[in-house]
Amino acid sequence: MAITLSGDQAIPGPPLSSRLTPAQVWGIVLLAPYLLVFLAFVVYPVCYGLWLARAPANYVALYNDPIFARAAVNTLIFLVIGINIKMLIALFLSGFFAVQRPWIKWLSVIFILPWAVPSIPTILSVRFMLNPEWGMVNHFIFSLTGEDGPNWLNDPTVALSMAIAVHIWKSLPFWTLILITGRLAISNDLFEAAEVDGASWWQKFRYITWPSMQTLYVTCTLLSMIWTLGDFNSVYLLTGGGPADLTHVLATLGIRYLRLDQLSLAMASIVCAMPFVLPLVYFMMKRLSR
Amino acid sequence: MKLPSLREVGTEARLLLIGIPVFLWTMIPIYHMFLFAISPKEDAFSGKLWPDHPTLHNFHIVFYQEHYFLRDFWIQFWNSTVIALAAGALTLFIATAAAFSISRLKVPGGRWVMNLALFTYFIPAAFLAVPMYRTMGNYGLLNNHWSLILAMVTIASPYAIWVLKQASDKLPVELDEAAVMDGATTLQLFRLVYVPLMMPSLVAIGTYAVLLAWNEYLYAFLLLSKDTDITLPVALGNFLAADDSPWELLMTTGFIYALPPAAVYYAFKRYMVGGLTAGAVKS
Repeated sequence: MAITLSGDQAIPGPPLSSRLTPAQVWGIVLLAPYLLVFLAFVVYPVCYGLWLARAPANYVALYNDPIFARAAVNTLIFLVIGINIKMLIALFLSGFFAVQRPWIKWLSVIFILPWAVPSIPTILSVRFMLNPEWGMVNHFIFSLTGEDGPNWLNDPTVALSMAIAVHIWKSLPFWTLILITGRLAISNDLFEAAEVDGASWWQKFRYITWPSMQTLYVTCTLLSMIWTLGDFNSVYLLTGGGPADLTHVLATLGIRYLRLDQLSLAMASIVCAMPFVLPLVYFMMKRLSR
Repeated sequence: MKLPSLREVGTEARLLLIGIPVFLWTMIPIYHMFLFAISPKEDAFSGKLWPDHPTLHNFHIVFYQEHYFLRDFWIQFWNSTVIALAAGALTLFIATAAAFSISRLKVPGGRWVMNLALFTYFIPAAFLAVPMYRTMGNYGLLNNHWSLILAMVTIASPYAIWVLKQASDKLPVELDEAAVMDGATTLQLFRLVYVPLMMPSLVAIGTYAVLLAWNEYLYAFLLLSKDTDITLPVALGNFLAADDSPWELLMTTGFIYALPPAAVYYAFKRYMVGGLTAGAVKS
C-alpha cells in the first residue's frame, strides 16, 4: 500500500481514511449495522454461554442425569428416523406434484398451508385431537370399534412419534417444494426418450431422476437435520416434554434446565450437542458458499 | 367424446389414491381448528365432524375480550403486529446494506462476514435462545419489545444477507460502472440503481422476516412475560396453564392469529417461491 521506507525509519502511512477509496468507506459504514448486531447478539451471548458452561462439574451432572441421556436418544430418533421418513415422503410427493393435472395444481396450493400458517395453533389443535377423553381421534376410534382409544400422549414412545408426525406435518411442504424445483430442472427430453424406450417408472426414477437429484436430496436431508435439532415447538407444545420428562429433545431440555434455574446445565447440554452440529454446519457451509 | 382408456383410468385412480390422503393429512389439523372456532363448547367436545349449532359467538367473545384469558387480546395482537413489522423493516435495512456492501462495493473482509453470517444461519435458533435470554437480561432489555425485535433481526438477517447477496451478484457490474461514470455517488448508486433493481428479492426477504417474527414462539415466551407485553403465540401457550382451558376460544384465537400470515404468504407467493426456494438450497 502507501507505506514507503525512507532511510531506516518507516514513515507511517497516511491515515486509514485516505487509504481507502470512498466506496470502501461506504462499504464499511453499510456493513457496520450487521456487524454490531452480530457482535452484540451472537458473539457476546455465545462467549458468555461458554463461560457459564465452563465447569467440568456441569458435564458430570449432565452425565448423571437420566433425562439428559433420554433427551439425547430422543433427539437422535427424531433426526435419524423422523427426518429420513420426511425426506423420503417429500421425494415421493415431488414426483406426484410434478404430474400435470388441474386438480393436482389446486392440491399443491392447499398442500402448502401447514408451512404458511404459524405452528402454535396447529400444534395445539393436534394436541386436542389426541386428547383421550374429548379428542376427535378417540371419538372416531370409539364410533368404529366401540372401544376406548389409547391415551396417546401418556406413552413416551407414542408421544414422541406424535411429535415427529407434527414436525413432518409442518415442514413436509417446504422440502417437497424444494425437491419439486429440483425435479422440474431435469430436462423433459430424457423422460420422453425413456418413454419411447419403454422404461418402467422405477427405471426412470433410478436412471434419470435420482442421479440428477441426489446431491440436492442429501443437502436437504442434512440441512433439515440441523434445523430439526432446534425444533422446540413440536415437542414443547405437544407433549411439554412429558410424560415424566421422557420425551424431551435437546432443544426443549435447555429450556427445562433454564426453568429449574440451572443455567449452567442448560448451556452445558447445548455445548454437548456441538461436536455433532459443527461438522454438519461446516459441511453445509462448504456446500453453500461455493 | 372419447371414452378414457382403461390405462388412463388406472393412472388417474392411482393419482387419486395419493392425492386424497395428502389432502386429508394436510387439512385435518386446520379443519379441526376451524371446527372448534365455529362450535359452542358442548359441540366442540363431542367429537362431531360438524357442529349441531354452528356459531360465530366465539369470535364475538375474542373480539370483545369477554374471557379471562382474552382480556388483553387486542393489545397482544398489536404487540405481534408492531414486533413483526419492526423486525421486518430492521432486517431489510441491515441486510440490504450489508449485501450491497459485500457484493457491490467489495468491502475488504466482506467474504469473511458472509461466512460468519452463514454460520449463524445454520446454528439452530433454539440453541441460541438460552444465552440470548441471559444476554438480554444483562443489557436490561428483558420484558421490552426491543429484545424480541433485536433477537428476530439477529436470526433473520443471516439468511436475508445471503439471499440478497446471491441476487445482487447476478446484477451486471457494468450498471455500477455506468452510474459511477455519470458521476453518481455511492449513496445514489445504492438508492437509485441498486434498490430498484433488487425490489423482488427485497419484497421476498421483507415478507420472510415479518412472518418469522410473527410466528416466533420460543424467543417471545422467554423474553416477554407481562400480559400486556406478550405477543399472540405466547398468549395462546398461556391458555394451557389452566386444566379446564376454554379450547374453543383457544382455537378461535389461534385461527385469527393464523389468518394474516397465511394471507400474506399466498399474496406474496410469487416472490416467496422465486426468491426463497431458489436461494434456500443451491445444489
